[in-house]
Amino acid sequence: MVGTVSLSTKNREQKSELRTGNALLGLLPIAAGLGIATLMHFFLPGLIGQFYARIVTDIGITIVLAVSLNIVNGMTGQFSIGHAGFMTLGGYTAATITYYGSMFLWDSAGKHGGFLGSGEWLFIASCVAGGLFAAFAGYIVGLPSLRLRGDYLAIVTLGFGEIVRVILQQTGKTIDDVEDFKNAGWAQLIPPPVGGAVGFDGVPKYTNLFWVYAVLTITIVVAYRLKGSSLGRAMISVREDEIAAQAMGVNISRQKVLAFVMAAFFAGVAGGLFAHERGVIISPKDAGFQRSFDYVIMTVLGGRGSITGVTLAAVLLTALPEMLRDFEQYRLIVYALLLIFMMLVRPQGLLGIHEIWNFWQRPKSSVKSASPEAQV
Amino acid sequence: MKSLNFDFLQRIKITGLLTLASLVVLSGCQGGGGEDEILIGHFGSMTGSEATFGTSTDHGIKMAVEELNASGGLLGKKVRLITYDDKGDAREAGTAVTRLVTKDGVAAVIGEVASGLSLAGAPICQENSVPMVSPSSTNPKVTKIGDMIFRVCFIDPFQGTVCAKFAREHEGLTASKAAILTDQASPYSVGLQEEFEKAFVAMGGTVVTKQTYQAGDQDFSAQLTSIRGSEPDVVFIPGYYTDAGNIALQARKLGLTVPLLGGDGWDSVKLGEIAGEAMDGCFYSNHYSQDDPAPRVQEFIKKYTELHKQTPDALAALGYDTARVVFEAIQRAGSTDGPAIAAELAKTKDFDGVTGKISIDAERNAIKPAVILEMQGGKPKFVTTIAP
Repeated sequence: MVGTVSLSTKNREQKSELRTGNALLGLLPIAAGLGIATLMHFFLPGLIGQFYARIVTDIGITIVLAVSLNIVNGMTGQFSIGHAGFMTLGGYTAATITYYGSMFLWDSAGKHGGFLGSGEWLFIASCVAGGLFAAFAGYIVGLPSLRLRGDYLAIVTLGFGEIVRVILQQTGKTIDDVEDFKNAGWAQLIPPPVGGAVGFDGVPKYTNLFWVYAVLTITIVVAYRLKGSSLGRAMISVREDEIAAQAMGVNISRQKVLAFVMAAFFAGVAGGLFAHERGVIISPKDAGFQRSFDYVIMTVLGGRGSITGVTLAAVLLTALPEMLRDFEQYRLIVYALLLIFMMLVRPQGLLGIHEIWNFWQRPKSSVKSASPEAQV
Repeated sequence: MKSLNFDFLQRIKITGLLTLASLVVLSGCQGGGGEDEILIGHFGSMTGSEATFGTSTDHGIKMAVEELNASGGLLGKKVRLITYDDKGDAREAGTAVTRLVTKDGVAAVIGEVASGLSLAGAPICQENSVPMVSPSSTNPKVTKIGDMIFRVCFIDPFQGTVCAKFAREHEGLTASKAAILTDQASPYSVGLQEEFEKAFVAMGGTVVTKQTYQAGDQDFSAQLTSIRGSEPDVVFIPGYYTDAGNIALQARKLGLTVPLLGGDGWDSVKLGEIAGEAMDGCFYSNHYSQDDPAPRVQEFIKKYTELHKQTPDALAALGYDTARVVFEAIQRAGSTDGPAIAAELAKTKDFDGVTGKISIDAERNAIKPAVILEMQGGKPKFVTTIAP
């Protein structure tokens, strides 16, 4: 009797040890990502020059947007074309916080503090706030999606992006002067002074390779874990067959709203990064459907639900227009032709529903139940 | 559940494809000026909804470059122009300028037409100490970015004042009631609208109604009907030529016969093509007039028309002037050092350009007169010059 008790305690201890071990192990990819991001931040601009460093930054932000959209479009199968709306909403929220927050705290809207200085912490906090705000909007948009499917949902999300665009156009001029801001009454703050049609200029430019790739790491880890989790599988089941999923006990509405909220959160954070990037002025135009479509194209081209596929597509489609500069005004035609060609050759997307490493796995290993990503 | 079954050959193929893709991404074209040439960069909307602006400006700049090279170049070197398209998108504009400044190593940057895009590109030029001259961004904020940023056109407050003054004082117009129809999606339109309203009210006029539309709208009847109801003496439409043309057509159909008034956004050969007779008797302010008898102007128009088979609009003229102002500054600076060129640009005084005498003031804006044109039979005719 005593023996069995001690044995079960031992088992339990072992299990809990295993669990803490797993949790630490689970943090590894994030730690590795942050390490790489730090290295990139300090060495990449020197190695490849400012211009390529900028493209790498752009690519990072685009990947965050494409991978997050993939949660809704790819994994849950809900066709959303309002992703840029969430991005812009988050971007404006974040920019408002850093711009006016800096004025309030440090009496100037300029940059404050160096790498990981107080200004950067304000910036990343504002990005998270932007993400949360966008997530709230995602919840609101997710609700009607319970009733709608396919084309109808697409129209709702399209409408959302256009609403964001038009509302932002109605906003007031930015307050440039610190004194004016401190003396501003409520009347001047409604509508919010975020620049109207001109766009929100003067936002301190904090975005750098470190923060972009830190956010990117978290996004990819979350998306990947989600895909392997019961939640993610429930999402995929909604994509494959709603009725069958419901019959198996999946709460369809919960999955859809969850997908929208998560995607919107990361889009909002990416919007924050975008608004604080050098040489970018976030403007109402960014919420329009054209930018949304860029990300939809990436998810379609990458393959439904394939995180590596979408990442690859985001890298290609961001770098391609820059590489095609030699074609001058024909480059957009060349770009479009390449898209058509790729869709003809691989209609299921670059990687289909697979992840990139599946292509090198021997058939034997991909049947193993231990690797869930191999058998969607 | 399905598993992947790839044979060896397929796996090789996929690996090859991926390697190729990464090579495409990693390889860039190598630019950079040689020892015997000076590089000038231009970023503009060569594609997108404002494509005519970018291409016109580019034609003007190219013409100036060709003329210069034909007459022996600059500081004993040839000048080469690098033009990048920004699709009318702020992020692309930032990327294009970064490329011009940090990779191609241009001596000076020319651009952009749209103020929003100039605002995106200017901080990068400022940080890297490369002078940037905007040919036609009229928003006052642009040159406030820093001491490397210039422009050779007048600014919105001036243009707004000019339009207001003309509306109030021009014989046969002497308007006391103005209606305004603004493109609320366009920073240019909104900025000009504010300045016009301020000036018009300060001069004793009243703004009877303010209506808005969005670039690309096809139906303006709701706004025009309510404008008609407010019985204005003049309708100020600070938008671009495509919309202004459609608005004129629909206004005349609705029986709104008062003159329409606009800014430099109206200037395009397309305006007459779209609106035809409907625009007759309407006015707009502009940077230059094709009727100007000055030999400098007529020579430019003749040459440009031969080259591009169309009459140059103001943007082409401004592009041409911008390039020549930049060349002169480089010549005087005697080097391609950014701060040195900027210092010389700031000293530009009474430069004899196609768009009038250009002097750069302490805030790096150009002081120059504006002209008012009247549409007659689908063609703009010179009415008057209003000096600052």
